[in-house]
Amino acid sequence: MLKILKYSFYDLVRSRWSYVYLLFYLLLGIVLLFLNNDLSKAVITLMNVIIVLVPLIGTIFGVMYYYSSKEFTELLLAQPIRRSSIFLGQYLGVALSLSMSLIIGLGLPFIFYGLLRSDAIWDFSLLLVTGIFLTLIFTALAFNIALYHENKIKGFSYAILLWLFMAVIYDGLFLMSLIIFEAYPLDTFSLGATMLNPIDLSRILILLKLDISALLGYTGAVFQKFFGTAWGLVLSFSALAIWFLLPTYNIYRKSKRKDF
Amino acid sequence: MIAIKDLHKRFGKNQVLKGIDLDIGKGGIFAVLGPNGSGKTTLIKCILGMVIPNSGDILVDNSAVRNNWKYRRQIDYLPQIANFPGNLTVAELIRMIKNLRGQQGNDAPLVEAFHLEPFLDKRLGNLSGGTKQKVNLVLAFMFNSPLIILDEPTAGLDPVAMLYLKELIHKEREKGKTILITSHIMGFVEEVAEEIVFLLEGRVYFKGNIAALMEKTQQNDFQHAIATLLKENNA
Amino acid sequence: MNSAKLLLLTAYLLTGLTVSARTITVCNSCEIRTIKEGIALASDFDTLLIKKGTYNEYDILIDKPLTLLGEGYPKIDGQRKGEIIRVTADNVTLDGLFLVNVGTSYTRDYAAVRIVKSKNFLIKNLVLEKLFFGIYLEKSSHGQVLYNRIIGDAVNEHSSGNGIQLWYSQNVVIEDNYITHVRDGIYLEFANNCSIKRNTSTNNLRYGLHFMFSNDDLYEENVFENNGAGVAVMFSKRIKMLNNTFKKNWGTASYGLLLKEINDAEIVGNNFEKNTIGISIEGSNRVTYRKNDFNNNGWAIKVRGACYTNNFIKNNFLHNSFDVSYNSKINDNQFDQNYWSKYTGYDLDKDGIGDVPYRPVKLFSYVVNRTPETIILMRSLFIDIIDFSEKVSPVFTPDNLLDPHPLMKRNR
Repeated sequence: MLKILKYSFYDLVRSRWSYVYLLFYLLLGIVLLFLNNDLSKAVITLMNVIIVLVPLIGTIFGVMYYYSSKEFTELLLAQPIRRSSIFLGQYLGVALSLSMSLIIGLGLPFIFYGLLRSDAIWDFSLLLVTGIFLTLIFTALAFNIALYHENKIKGFSYAILLWLFMAVIYDGLFLMSLIIFEAYPLDTFSLGATMLNPIDLSRILILLKLDISALLGYTGAVFQKFFGTAWGLVLSFSALAIWFLLPTYNIYRKSKRKDF
Repeated sequence: MIAIKDLHKRFGKNQVLKGIDLDIGKGGIFAVLGPNGSGKTTLIKCILGMVIPNSGDILVDNSAVRNNWKYRRQIDYLPQIANFPGNLTVAELIRMIKNLRGQQGNDAPLVEAFHLEPFLDKRLGNLSGGTKQKVNLVLAFMFNSPLIILDEPTAGLDPVAMLYLKELIHKEREKGKTILITSHIMGFVEEVAEEIVFLLEGRVYFKGNIAALMEKTQQNDFQHAIATLLKENNA
Repeated sequence: MNSAKLLLLTAYLLTGLTVSARTITVCNSCEIRTIKEGIALASDFDTLLIKKGTYNEYDILIDKPLTLLGEGYPKIDGQRKGEIIRVTADNVTLDGLFLVNVGTSYTRDYAAVRIVKSKNFLIKNLVLEKLFFGIYLEKSSHGQVLYNRIIGDAVNEHSSGNGIQLWYSQNVVIEDNYITHVRDGIYLEFANNCSIKRNTSTNNLRYGLHFMFSNDDLYEENVFENNGAGVAVMFSKRIKMLNNTFKKNWGTASYGLLLKEINDAEIVGNNFEKNTIGISIEGSNRVTYRKNDFNNNGWAIKVRGACYTNNFIKNNFLHNSFDVSYNSKINDNQFDQNYWSKYTGYDLDKDGIGDVPYRPVKLFSYVVNRTPETIILMRSLFIDIIDFSEKVSPVFTPDNLLDPHPLMKRNR
């Protein structure tokens, strides 16, 4: 698997798109830091970018890579290599190269800006960690979609739909159900609903850092425990880990059964 | 070399292989022929473990194919469409496949014979179809495996390369290897194949050498013999 | 030697006291061993010098103008039996005493020090521990409470008292005190013309500072940190609140500053940081908010009920989850020339003022008011989208609530 990972990674690291992605983050970091000079504002804008864009890029890159390397995958399949190694290797290759772009692209400007000596370093590290998690999760989901759909157009549509659902529609439905059922105690429900969407989960992690003052104003005991103690952090990270492990396991499972 | 017993494969509602029994002995050049959709590619993919059969067994060199990957060390495979990661150079790809298989490959003479030296440092994405096919051939022939499977090996080759390919196939045959070929170019098949496996609607319709085929179809020309097989089927 | 005598003489002349004022020394091994004895022996304007030691006394009544001066913080232990010192005379000074173990009662408000119907008192450098009420000023005026440390051990609101309490007391100066772990740090009820400066009130159960029915008071440069709520100002008029710090007052319905039925107040130069609500305003009119910093609060300003002609000018709103929240569609308050860190407009003419007005009330804050659980959706893309559409055409939020001249750089 490591061999496949290595080759996929090198292949992607040299692709034009990786550079575009890297450049985008570099530019974003530079613009945010040097044009408005306010580190905490920059971190907030970055958060918005990370929870929306990273999943999108992860899904699109994942699906794209899978389909474009299909013939090569077939070549690999005929080699004496374990099937699951091929797909897990490719998946991790994509996810890691995307994560690298994220870390380098955002890290460099922030380091130049003097992040290491600033209080915002924890907020920033949290952002990067969630960004990496989201990349891993959404690339894995994209690989799942691609594994189940031979048709490129179909696969792409589902991938985009998945992103749209997770990033926007889900929260819309979530908000509506909260308003419709506002007469009932909803904190367990809303925390549960948050756990079921990795984008919401990452958002919560960041909220715990940025908006703790407001979150602590809420009455419910469950919320109080979640936001007021280390519980929230531990639970959110565990849920993110599950979100990474399940689709990854399914890549392993599906790749063993699929016909090519 | 290959023993296939009662092999069935269905894609959705489409029953592609309907019980194939086939024995391919050690040594020889076998051409797998048949009309479009007869299951040629599926059969080959089953042997390679890329398609997982619904029922039936395949043994390659006495080891079962199902849930196994090590047996593929015995096989060299030339896929139909040569499409490689666009960002790798030819040399890197060759090195990579060697690395992945963990075997030493004898690629230098092949590269020379196909005149690929000027392309070694070029990215695969920038190569023409024919050149890619040559690279594909280098990858397939550089290992010394006892079984070679070639899926449409002639696609996009210029006459010089074609000539060399034939030469190569014969050379490998002389080493006592088993070579499995699918092709639509009947001239090529007639020239190289020792034995024909004709698939029709997911079954083995004919297996034997060219002489036997002509006898069966009562034609004295290979291409006509094949055409007769097809017509019989349509009738 | 000479200069010391001279100093004493000048002191006598300045205070205008009779030359007969004596100093009576009280200590564990002296002739006079208890404070009560000392008081009994003393005549007006005498000084009781209380040496280091422990005095197990309570209900000490000071009914003549005396100075009680502690040396090395003598400990007066009330043994939880009742009040420790009660003052009923004018011109009393308490200085440098360590008072512990005030009695707790559900029927009487025992205090470490109670001043009743007296004037010109000076209470300074006291240390109070294990108390019920700390310093209780009852119908007293023109006094000073300075440099005291009041350290309670309050656990719940109904069995604890306040650090410094003023009841029907006027013209009192409360400065440089440190108050912690009591119910209300400082509580003023019917207390007018008081000045409260440079005090620190932290970790109190209820409020750091609490005004009820008190007018024309000033509080300045105090720090209120991590209390149940910072400062509550209720039913009071013309209060000046200047340069205070309100910090980390976290929790359900917790706030840095609560204004309830407050008119004509001035709130200038304060710093509100990391509170669940910076300022919670109910029924308050003609209040000026100027040059305050609202930094990282859940809600910088939460307006409930009818509030008219309030002015918010030149404040800095920095990274609050919500800048301003309203629960109605009516707005009669003015926002002008504030700095909003969320402002995304531009300044083409480079005059430091954004060319597009800023709307501080978001639709989402309206939604959260209605259904508090929705707070979990904060900062999601969907919320950004509905906030944006509300910004373009306000439906649920007051459409005239805007800052027409948002600043591009924060006020310093």
